Amino acid sequence: MTRAPAIVLSVVVALGASLATSCSRKPASAAALKPTAFGAAIVESSGGKQIAQTGGLLPQPVIVQVNDEQGTAVTGALVDFSGPAGVSFDPASALTDSSGQVTTNVSLGGMAGRYKVTASTIDKAHKTVEITLDEIALGYSQTLGRQLNEQYCERCHNPESTVERVSNYDNLEVKPHPFTEGDTYNKISDADLTAIISHGGPALNKSALMPAWGNTLSKSEIQALISYIRAVSDPPIRNAGPVYAKN
Amino acid sequence: MKEILKSFWQKLFGDSVRAFGVVSLVFLASLAIAPAKNFFSEWRHYQHGYLRMIRNRSDANTLQRHFQGGIQQIWLPELGVTDRCTSCHVGLKEAGLTDVGTQPFRKHPAIPHAIDQFGCTVCHRGQGAATTVAEAHNSTLAWEQPILPAKYIESSCGECHRGSVPGTPQLTQGRQLLSRYGCVHCHTVKRPDGSTMKPTDDPPSLSHIADKTSREWVYAWLKDPQAYATTATMPNFKLSDDDARDMSAFLIANSTPLPGDTATLTAKPASDPAAGPSLYGESFCASCHAVQNAAGNLVGGDVGPELTRVGSKVKPEWLQAWLRSPRVYDAETAMPHYRFSDPQVATLSGFLLAKADSDLLANVHLDAATPQQIAHGKRLVSDYGCASCHEIAGIKKPENFAPELSRIGSKPVTQLIFLPGMPHTLPDYIAGKIKQPRAFSPGLKMPQYSFGPAQIDALTTALLALNDRASTLPPSLTVPAVPESSYEPAGKAGKLMSDLACFSCHRINGHGGTMAPDLTWEGSSVQRQWLVEFLKNPNTLRPSLIRRMPRFNLTDGEVKELTDYMMTVYQSPSVDRDSMLLSGYTPGQIELGKQLFYGKYSCQGCHIVDTKTDKGYIGPTLTHVGSRLTAAWIFEWMKNPQALRPGTAEPNRAMSDGDARALTAFLISQKGGAKQEVAKK
Ligand code: HEC
Repeated sequence: MTRAPAIVLSVVVALGASLATSCSRKPASAAALKPTAFGAAIVESSGGKQIAQTGGLLPQPVIVQVNDEQGTAVTGALVDFSGPAGVSFDPASALTDSSGQVTTNVSLGGMAGRYKVTASTIDKAHKTVEITLDEIALGYSQTLGRQLNEQYCERCHNPESTVERVSNYDNLEVKPHPFTEGDTYNKISDADLTAIISHGGPALNKSALMPAWGNTLSKSEIQALISYIRAVSDPPIRNAGPVYAKN
Repeated sequence: MKEILKSFWQKLFGDSVRAFGVVSLVFLASLAIAPAKNFFSEWRHYQHGYLRMIRNRSDANTLQRHFQGGIQQIWLPELGVTDRCTSCHVGLKEAGLTDVGTQPFRKHPAIPHAIDQFGCTVCHRGQGAATTVAEAHNSTLAWEQPILPAKYIESSCGECHRGSVPGTPQLTQGRQLLSRYGCVHCHTVKRPDGSTMKPTDDPPSLSHIADKTSREWVYAWLKDPQAYATTATMPNFKLSDDDARDMSAFLIANSTPLPGDTATLTAKPASDPAAGPSLYGESFCASCHAVQNAAGNLVGGDVGPELTRVGSKVKPEWLQAWLRSPRVYDAETAMPHYRFSDPQVATLSGFLLAKADSDLLANVHLDAATPQQIAHGKRLVSDYGCASCHEIAGIKKPENFAPELSRIGSKPVTQLIFLPGMPHTLPDYIAGKIKQPRAFSPGLKMPQYSFGPAQIDALTTALLALNDRASTLPPSLTVPAVPESSYEPAGKAGKLMSDLACFSCHRINGHGGTMAPDLTWEGSSVQRQWLVEFLKNPNTLRPSLIRRMPRFNLTDGEVKELTDYMMTVYQSPSVDRDSMLLSGYTPGQIELGKQLFYGKYSCQGCHIVDTKTDKGYIGPTLTHVGSRLTAAWIFEWMKNPQALRPGTAEPNRAMSDGDARALTAFLISQKGGAKQEVAKK
């Protein structure tokens, strides 16, 4: 008899749950694709190691290619994309085109961090072969850091020129390190980064070509820059925060 | 059946003692429902999970101490916030939990607002008072505001922040797109502060279109604007061949010639393979106009229209008149009035006319228009609301042509019609409408834009920010936008400046473009003689910039007019330009400045003083700075550059007066002894 409330409750919960599921309208899933060919390997053509804002689209689509044993592109192989919760693909699966490629637009999940996204295909033996790409989602402070980087730092620290501006990197007698260079930045503590950004190169016995920004940028802006540097470093620093992967 | 029931009844309530027993049991059971519900509640489940998770961590003690069991609530009546989210999201404020990736236990990422002061639903939406996941996150019958997907989160910043905020690029981009693509021509958007969003796409008047282009081009453009220019902001109305034929017929028939709108030159357009590109380059046309190069990439700015196929569009006589004096055809144009000579106009127009695409009009064959076609075209032009954007003689700009969007972010889901397969949420609806408006009904008038997925997300973000909460927030809780400045310089110089379209690139007193330096305090900053020379023959100050100041062939009188005005009016109250000398510094001071320049401050990282040794490519070249800037300006600039020009990339070095004076002495002694030779990359 004492179980009565639990029974009553479970009935209520079950009713509620069924109501909830019947109300949540799932989008109709696309008709299943049938592969017309099978490859032996799947490789990245482009789109790995990109940076987006949380929940946002990667700036470039992800393109993967399916090859056979000889390394020739296979047309009509089925490629499925998958990733951790919150990551979405448009399309989530497709057949390779005449150059053996599939292109998908990827939106990352709602939390800042590194995301592993997987592209897989089935080979002739019905075994799954897959490739995993790393992508980065920036939260608020990293996005702010990225904007500050573009405004103040990038022209020295990024060797690549853009359409708008020529990089100053080659003109510097002492070369700064691009912020993606994890091997360098992962060895510098947050405190040291703060010191060199605030007080300039000489603060860490480095070149005065690295100016002091402590009177130009606020403490929280410098913090934002550091969180950006930590977010984009490759390889990632230890304790960089969670990595989101499938399951 | 009846018998069974009867005996059952008898069994339970046969005698009064038994009846009492049964009734009290039922009563007790019903009393237990509430505690049981509480005991089995989701939040309790999550709180247990949290405690299990922190148990084995090194910081367990601290976390344990901070933990508070039971339903938690943030109550902020002035914001309408009653948020119980922290009942499950237990670790939101725990600095130690940055490594935790599982929800609901993650630490909230760093943002400029404290959770206790803003709650959760102000940014994330959803139902704050709910105590179950489903009710808090999803839309239910009683409450349709679901949680906001992360990709639109910046829309919530926009509810209070009416201007652009750092760290919200998507919101800023979306707001710009609403103006840039002219959405707000047809859809009224009143911002929560009462101002109305203005379009910035500057669609041309069509009243004199026949002077400028052919009916064939109009037809091809109407059918597919992006086929002519991939960057065209004009959307595709998906017109049938017949409709495009009739609309082009009407627009051409309706066009009247404008005096001075076409020109006959003494010189014929010359397609000189060398002179054309070099004049186009020297005039820095590419600062504003893009052209597709051989590799298919667009090179150039987006202030003016793309010119990849301009030769297939414009009539030579019109182009020449335009190049000679664009304000005749369009008084408001952003294009400067270059004072080109006739031979220059011939060279440049020849160069531009050669930018043609023979495929564009190859399949357009139009018979002479009939009066019926013209009449039908006129009706279509009204029906599609062309006059919402374009001035068209004889057709009035329609009022409220499309639904107002001032509160679109609060539109009830029950009022929306969704496409099959589309998730029933407002953001999905808005994004779907922008992506493919006619998918909702083929008869809809909203045209097809060529937005990419990121642009659609940005637009949706900006629209979601236009909601009831934003409109009803008390002003004390909002951060107003910097009001748009309508500054116009006065008098003859003012006329000259608008003729030269200085404001297309330069900003003065908050008005104008951002491509080129802000000139608000130019009169304090530069020496008069330098300004005179520069206006006559602008040379490049910032070698790393691809966009540069063009030469306008100004007369001496015009140069004097501009110089007088700028030197008198554009003065900073904090810089007295005559307070420091332009020469006469001691060699000792100059030498000290030089050491500071190359040593302590290492200015050569960004600037060039000696072209033989220095390579800095970010800031202006300083080889001639002693004949360009005033000493007082240099001194104040050394002390605090951001105070003189907010946002400048020059770092504030908090220099002592002594260092600043020595650097001023060194810099003012740089009068351009060595010839300027900047390696171009
Ligand atoms: C004028 C060019 C210049 C600018 C602008 C600049 N830096 Fe640097 N930076 C340098 C140089 C050069 C070094 C290398 C110093 C050395 O190794 O002696 C450096 C070094 C650093 C380092 C140490 C790691 C390394 O590469 O050795 C950090 C961190 C750094 N910069 C951060 C920044 C940040 C953040 C900004 C923007 C606020 C910035 N820098 C802007 C030139 C620049």
